Amino acid sequence: MADTHPVDASDLEPVDKSALKVSDQVAIEIIDMNKWYGQFHVLRDINLTVRRGERIVIAGPSGSGKSTLIRCINRLEEHQKGKIIVDGVELTSDLKNIDKVRSEVGMVFQHFNLFPHLTILENCTLAPIWVRKVPKKEAEETAMHYLRKVKIPEQALKYPGQLSGGQQQRVAIARSLCMKPRIMLFDEPTSALDPEMIKEVLDTMIELAEEGMTMLCVTHEMGFAQAVANRVIFMDQGQIVEQNEPREFFNNPRNERTKLFLSQILGH
Amino acid sequence: MDDVAWTRTEMLGPEAPPASAVGIVGWMRANLFSTWLNVILTVAALGAIWLLASHIVPFFAHSVWNASSYSECREIVARTWGEGASGACLAVIRERWKQFFFGFYPADYYWRPTLAFILMFVALAPVLFSSLPRKMLWFSAIFPGVAYWLLWGGSIFFPIAIYLGFVAGYVAFRVAERGPSFLPPLAAAVVTIVWWLFIAGPLANLLPDIGLPAVQSKQFGGFMLSMTIGVTGIAFSLPLGVLLALGRRSDMLFVKWISVGFIEFIRGVPLITLLLVASFLLNIFMPPGTNFDIILRVIIMVTLFAAAYMAEVIRGGLAALPRGQYEGADSLGLNYWQATRLVIMPQALKISIPGIVNTFIGLFKDTTLVAIIGLLDPVGLITSIRANSAWNGIVWELYGFVGFMFFICCFGMSRYSQYLERRLRTDRH
Repeated sequence: MADTHPVDASDLEPVDKSALKVSDQVAIEIIDMNKWYGQFHVLRDINLTVRRGERIVIAGPSGSGKSTLIRCINRLEEHQKGKIIVDGVELTSDLKNIDKVRSEVGMVFQHFNLFPHLTILENCTLAPIWVRKVPKKEAEETAMHYLRKVKIPEQALKYPGQLSGGQQQRVAIARSLCMKPRIMLFDEPTSALDPEMIKEVLDTMIELAEEGMTMLCVTHEMGFAQAVANRVIFMDQGQIVEQNEPREFFNNPRNERTKLFLSQILGH
Repeated sequence: MDDVAWTRTEMLGPEAPPASAVGIVGWMRANLFSTWLNVILTVAALGAIWLLASHIVPFFAHSVWNASSYSECREIVARTWGEGASGACLAVIRERWKQFFFGFYPADYYWRPTLAFILMFVALAPVLFSSLPRKMLWFSAIFPGVAYWLLWGGSIFFPIAIYLGFVAGYVAFRVAERGPSFLPPLAAAVVTIVWWLFIAGPLANLLPDIGLPAVQSKQFGGFMLSMTIGVTGIAFSLPLGVLLALGRRSDMLFVKWISVGFIEFIRGVPLITLLLVASFLLNIFMPPGTNFDIILRVIIMVTLFAAAYMAEVIRGGLAALPRGQYEGADSLGLNYWQATRLVIMPQALKISIPGIVNTFIGLFKDTTLVAIIGLLDPVGLITSIRANSAWNGIVWELYGFVGFMFFICCFGMSRYSQYLERRLRTDRH
């Protein structure tokens, strides 16, 4: 997508990446994973090991399968071949396993997907109350804690339709955090936002990274990738084409396709 | 070349709109007299209203309340207002209003349907207005049993035995919960139905016969009958419609086929054929000696008919929901039933409110079709009243009265749905 508004790394709060530890524990393991939409081979031989505390940015042209990849990790999409193991639980058609994985993995969408008929607070307490069986009062306290963290506690009793896009996306992040997930997936979280609101969402994500959350981000915000990621993955035609730590990735891309992509999105 | 650089030094504050654009004058100018064509249309409309009113107003102004036959009515009108004057003969309503409301229900027990009618509003209130205490819903839940008992009488243990069917179903649900996810609802449904068919009746007969004197279905009539069929049909067609709509979108082929088959069959058949089946044919398929109440049969048919329409209305609401709502609910780990109940259905139903109320109103008016199979609903009563030699020839007053009563109910439903739409709107500041 060429019409994105890359935020310069220097705009964002500096992150001391050396302070962010990556443990040896494996959070997600994807082995020889393939996915088809009918006859169309969307994901081809994906192999990826994500360790706890890693912050991975997945980049690539549209249609390269990057969104599909992270949507497979919480089974919003089904894979047809290979294995995906999240937190030691393998994703199969077993519904109980799927719900277990989903309750441990938070997801933030491009279009927020807040529930418009519920208030901000109810959006945040719904899953803890019904999935985790947390008492209502405790769930509300947790929700307010995370709403303060994303800096919109005063909006708690409003409805999503009354908030700006950036605020809605921060609520969506808070809603995921209320489930106390161990892994967070971000599917182009800033692509639907006005330029003025992108930074507030990225700042929230950076804060999350600094607390050691395991994160997988599909994004076009290369400034964010440089500031936060410890690994950048580049995908094209359903395959992982290149991966590297960010500085090398941006300064020394090896694959021709990566070079072309970077020259196009950073060129102007 | 001109200098294009320009910068605003101070921002403008808001100002009041011009006087000609606000107030009654502004409204009339904008809506009634904006163009010559508009002026002509306004004058023509006023003329039409005058013409109508000049006929309708005297008709009611000359109305006669005290008379024992239609001819007497006409005599009184002619005597008081002169030969050729028209006047409504409302005496027929005055004489027959009890029949219009209660049919042939024993007069000593008129308090029973009246009480049931009042309690209906108590039961409806917490359903319709969410600001009322949620504990009142317990009364709403037992109201159908109470109303049945008040209307038909008989042993109090019969409705209680029916309600125990739900308890049995719930127990079965909890027991089956350890099994695969399709098992609990299936077990609950099977156990409940088995309980109703084979256990409830004998159990109630076993217990002492404490209760109200029984009233036969054939004594029911008038608005009471319309209300009984209409309200029950409305109450049951919505949940059934929801299940059918979900079934139609289900991934499970068997469930989907049953739902599609049911919806398409019922929708493809006129209601009147279903009522005739209920009236004449159903007993042939029953074991000899079964007494399957005619009102119950009619209610079942009307409910199934409305449920098929309801299912399609709700399916429209479901289809209008963006996929992101399903994904949002899924990504938080809510299971199918939780996602459906907490996220999907509240929104789908809200979108479908106009269509749902449309179906409700249609169902309520369709209850007049039971006149065809010999039940004395208000329309059936009109036929029998007009067959009486005293009231032979009277038309407008009777149909007008029945129409007016139906209008009140249907208009009430329509207004409520508009109120609900306003209240559920969450996208405004």
